[in-house]
Amino acid sequence: MKKALFKILSNEPIAKDVYKLVLEGDTGGITAPGQFVNIELEGFFLRRPISVCDWDDKGMTLIYKTVGKGTKCLSEKKSGTLDLLTGLGNGFDLSKCGKRPLLVGGGVGTPPLYGLCKRLVERGAASAVVLGFNTADDVFYEEEFRALGVKTLVATVDGSYGIGGLVTDAIKTLPVGFDSYCACGPEPMLRALCDTLKIKGQLSFEERMACGFGVCMGCSCKTKYGSKRICKDGPVLSSNEVIW
Amino acid sequence: MADMSVVLSGIKLENPVIPASGCFGYGAEFKDFYDLNILGSFSFKGTTKEPRFGNPTPRVAECTGGILNSIGLQNPGIEAVINEELPRIAAFFKKPVIANIGGFSVDEFVYCAERLDGVEQVGIIEVNISCPNLHKGGVNFGSDPKAAAEVTAAVRKATGKPIYIKLSPNVTSITEIAKACEDAGADGLSLINTLLGMRIDIKSRKPLLANKMGGLSGRAIFPVALRMVYEVRKAVKIPIIGMGGVASAEDVIEMMMAGASAVQIGAENLRNPFACKEIIEDLPRVMAELGIERLRDIIGVA
Ligand SMILES: Cc1cc2nc3c(=O)[nH]c(=O)nc-3n(C[C@H](O)[C@H](O)[C@H](O)COP(=O)(O)OP(=O)(O)OC[C@H]3O[C@@H](n4cnc5c(N)ncnc54)[C@H](O)[C@@H]3O)c2cc1C
Ligand SMILES: Cc1cc2nc3c(=O)[nH]c(=O)nc-3n(C[C@H](O)[C@H](O)[C@H](O)COP(=O)(O)O)c2cc1C
Ligand code: FES
Repeated sequence: MKKALFKILSNEPIAKDVYKLVLEGDTGGITAPGQFVNIELEGFFLRRPISVCDWDDKGMTLIYKTVGKGTKCLSEKKSGTLDLLTGLGNGFDLSKCGKRPLLVGGGVGTPPLYGLCKRLVERGAASAVVLGFNTADDVFYEEEFRALGVKTLVATVDGSYGIGGLVTDAIKTLPVGFDSYCACGPEPMLRALCDTLKIKGQLSFEERMACGFGVCMGCSCKTKYGSKRICKDGPVLSSNEVIW
Repeated sequence: MADMSVVLSGIKLENPVIPASGCFGYGAEFKDFYDLNILGSFSFKGTTKEPRFGNPTPRVAECTGGILNSIGLQNPGIEAVINEELPRIAAFFKKPVIANIGGFSVDEFVYCAERLDGVEQVGIIEVNISCPNLHKGGVNFGSDPKAAAEVTAAVRKATGKPIYIKLSPNVTSITEIAKACEDAGADGLSLINTLLGMRIDIKSRKPLLANKMGGLSGRAIFPVALRMVYEVRKAVKIPIIGMGGVASAEDVIEMMMAGASAVQIGAENLRNPFACKEIIEDLPRVMAELGIERLRDIIGVA
């Protein structure tokens, strides 16, 4: 964990109620894709947890949806600095992805999979990506994933874009032979994946958080291997430990 | 050089700043952020006889200037704390620690105090009586002077270490409870614990916390905490550890002027993990500004 000030380079909408925030600053605290940052916002007691979409030595990209007062406030910040706790959580374990991992993102669960995908491609682990959204207006980052040279499918629940249906419907159209999967999105989606895919998965969860660094016990969940803190021992849990 | 030292029941603290129970775990996460030996002491997570998972989530909800929590005393149990956490603490914290214990019966408090009595690292046992007494219909020990005195007297017999009773603010008269604890043999008092509160999600029309209600802490409660410390200070002679909404060096000084001999900081650590360090570093500046040479001289001056 590192606490640092980041400079806002840009903060613009990329889909309905979804913003891409580009920050410059010390990313030395980030060690794995799937980790998150906790953002301080003036006037709010708690920080807001947002997954790291991508990062390099100079800065990072975050993608977030405006769902309440905090994220609305964040979307109005077009310049200046933000105080962040970075490098929170475990993130995805690249060494457990195998040679042909399948990446599945649902809604604003998609962003951390981009940073993961990029690093998998660098390691030569050719993977496929399935992104699920509610409707055409919600879709983002399809082209960015394609630009990594990865087969990318998009499904929309209302059928207004890509494959009509859920991510599990889109997965059925892919050839078999994946040796693991990584997913982030709404819990029903994670559960459906766990039920239908018989390979090992890494699933990224959300929970209400106070600290985000493991001390308050606000985000605990029960797993087959005892109690875990989503913010510290997660947000990524392995499919064989989750109790649904 | 500003003298920030204070004394609690014969234990000298380098400064009055103590992270509060439940907001600092057992120190292990914070030791990676800064050297914890700069702290006066720290109070570890409320520990019970058996391990506890706590309440269902959501267990935290944001409020203006604070948070509600209904963690439900999640902890690994007294044996794991003695055998695993305390040895781990010894490796990074060289000062006496404050052991916060919880319980749902008088026997449970006694058991935990007895188990900690022989642990050298423990300087003070802080007894959190904001817990429901499962033998008396779930009424909090902390809301009835008789029950509070009963726990205090029983724990008093169980240990030779200083015992500080941690009072609940959810009472009609906190001074009455404070006096009952003093009379029953408490060495000191810690106050306040969280204020019972609630939030409702106006979209789903349901309480935000799975437990429906939870305890409010953070900056919003500072004036209430300060008032209670002030009142209790006038009613008892034993030292008080003041807490509730403390977020700056100025707040520490204000709390001490109200009557606190030392000050705990809880929820502020959750939003700023460096809060205690920053406050300790800022204290000499504020003392100089106010012409305070020895911090302990201001205890209860208001
Ligand atoms: C590990 C993690 C990673 C996340 N990554 C992303 C991301 O990359 N992009 C994105 O759009 N969103 C992400 N979220 C969800 C995001 O944190 C919430 O949407 C945001 O906190 C809402 O704040 P608000 O003030 O707008 O909403 P409000 O509902 O007004 O918030 C009130 C309180 O509830 C909390 N809260 C509300 N919704 C959630 C939620 N879904 N999860 C956790 N806490 C919540 C807030 O933090 C705040 O404390 C992530 C959540 C977690 C736990
Ligand atoms: C998440 C959380 C967990 C807490 N757990 C405990 C606990 O286990 N035992 C205890 O005595 N007090 C507990 N408290 C209360 C604090 O120690 C403190 O009394 C209270 O929060 C007021 O101080 P603050 O406003 O600085 O947070 C907890 C508070 C919070 C926010
Ligand atoms: S949010 Fe505090 S322990 Fe996870």
